[in-house]
Amino acid sequence: MDLNDLLSTRDAYGETLVKLGRSNPDIVVLDADLSASTRTLLFAQEFPDRFFNCGVAEANMVGTAAGLAASGKIPFASSFAIFETGRAWEQIRQSVCYPRMNVKLVASHGGLTVGEDGGSHISIEDIALMRILPHMTVIVPADAYETARAVEFAASFPGPVFIRLSREKFPVCFTDSCAFQIGKAPRLCEGDDLTIISAGLMVSRSLEASEILRKEGVGARVVNCSTIKPLDEEEILAAARQTGVIVTAEEHSIIGGLGSAVAEFLMEREPVPLVRIGIRDCFGISGRPAQLLERFGLTTEAIVQAARDILLRKKSFPKVASKT
Amino acid sequence: MIEADSQIESLQEKARQIRIHILKMLTAASSGHTGGSLSAADIVTALYFCQMRHRPQDPTWRDRDRFVLSKGHAVPALYAAMAMAGYLPEKELMTLRQIDSRLQGHPDMRTLPGIDFSTGSLGQGLSVANGMALAARLDQREVRIYVLLGDGEIQEGQNWEAAMAASHYKLDNLCAILDFNKLQIDGRVLEVMSIAPVADKWRSFGWEVMEVDGHDFSQLLPALDRCQGVKGRPSLIIAHTIKGKGVSFMENQVKYHGIAPTPEELQRALKELGA
Repeated sequence: MDLNDLLSTRDAYGETLVKLGRSNPDIVVLDADLSASTRTLLFAQEFPDRFFNCGVAEANMVGTAAGLAASGKIPFASSFAIFETGRAWEQIRQSVCYPRMNVKLVASHGGLTVGEDGGSHISIEDIALMRILPHMTVIVPADAYETARAVEFAASFPGPVFIRLSREKFPVCFTDSCAFQIGKAPRLCEGDDLTIISAGLMVSRSLEASEILRKEGVGARVVNCSTIKPLDEEEILAAARQTGVIVTAEEHSIIGGLGSAVAEFLMEREPVPLVRIGIRDCFGISGRPAQLLERFGLTTEAIVQAARDILLRKKSFPKVASKT
Repeated sequence: MIEADSQIESLQEKARQIRIHILKMLTAASSGHTGGSLSAADIVTALYFCQMRHRPQDPTWRDRDRFVLSKGHAVPALYAAMAMAGYLPEKELMTLRQIDSRLQGHPDMRTLPGIDFSTGSLGQGLSVANGMALAARLDQREVRIYVLLGDGEIQEGQNWEAAMAASHYKLDNLCAILDFNKLQIDGRVLEVMSIAPVADKWRSFGWEVMEVDGHDFSQLLPALDRCQGVKGRPSLIIAHTIKGKGVSFMENQVKYHGIAPTPEELQRALKELGA
């Protein structure tokens, strides 16, 4: 891993799609006039007969993907996160999830790193919107390599899948030989004092935070929760039981995303002090991606401070009897 | 596809049986959509007993024509046609809408083999049909996709996205039928939210448009036939229908959109249908 190395998750998507398209003639791709940005353009150029631009019409795109899936195709449908999951939410619900169609929704431009386009385009809610749907698998890859593996996984996994990518390049956390397993949250860094559970861009920030904390004598475990649904319950339970306090971090609202998923689960099984780093129930604004991350508190420093704060609570938190 | 008199009489008889099934199953369920099921009965009969290539014993036959009941609430008509065609036993029709029934309140492709797509939320079926049409073309299969739309339904914007796309992609293996019964839940379509001029709208979107009496097989069958010959663009048959058709006291009545007949109404209706 080299956090100084930056690779684009959407490039990884576009390239992986082409590779998959070469070996599987059933793969088809749809877009809503954003193929240059989502990188489905790469597939379109190599397989023009299997690419369907639906124009600025996300609801029709999703329904069309569902019809293709009903006929045995494996459709990958892309747009920006807020348009694909927001505009076409009900189509995803009714035509994809309810009948469990084999549709892969890969949306780019999730989160604040959309940048200058501003609040209308900055998706703070896509993970929540997809997570609430029965039969949906929700994946937020931490870097370009994990993206490639997740896209490959999606192509052979039967059922609806949502993958969230980014406009910005992500620091490299893995190598090309990394594996992806649905519902498995790899532990990237060991530690026994607290666990930072994060996804997407915040994984690299969490690793940086863990390094800083280590120098302060704090052992912060870092878990890459790239599958938000289904959650790796075993790993999260272990984090709560073994380290006692949790910090979650995501480029998403603190309502309904990764933090909420972890909190919901732990409250029932192993309640521990937990703090969510994320966008605090407000819309984004125009700005450079790095500025926005700073402004909205999605930084390495914010994770470090949250860790320090939550450790204070750990000392005074009453022991809760473990449930087996 | 010859509309010989004997063939038309046979279809009329099938449609009569379908109407009887519709009324009986709705009364047994004590809920459901009577008016829009009855208005669609002849269209569904024409499709399942004349026009469509399909195999009741093999609902997953890959070369079957597909039918998307986009106005999913008319599902009693579809269930009745499917039962009479042999997809399910006729007595199972009485389980409509009951808990754990294969006959869900709106079409569910996961519970009942032979249902080509799950619908219910209006405006989504045409997009799905587009996807099926594209797939058939990719696979070079001589499959035709039929989709039944409601007139209130086409107030939903997604239909127009789909209409635009069907034309753009020259989906000439796609035939939509509009069950134009002029009524919706809150009243007459023209008064609630006018969709006029209907034919002009679809033509302007690049569709081949025909208008027929949706209860007259001597018009329906030739129109369906004609659609098959249309090249380079999708077809729409505007079928002028009467909501509640077949039962005098239900015809053209707004109130029978989403209610089932009472047992007393059922008896009166069955008498009219000669049952």
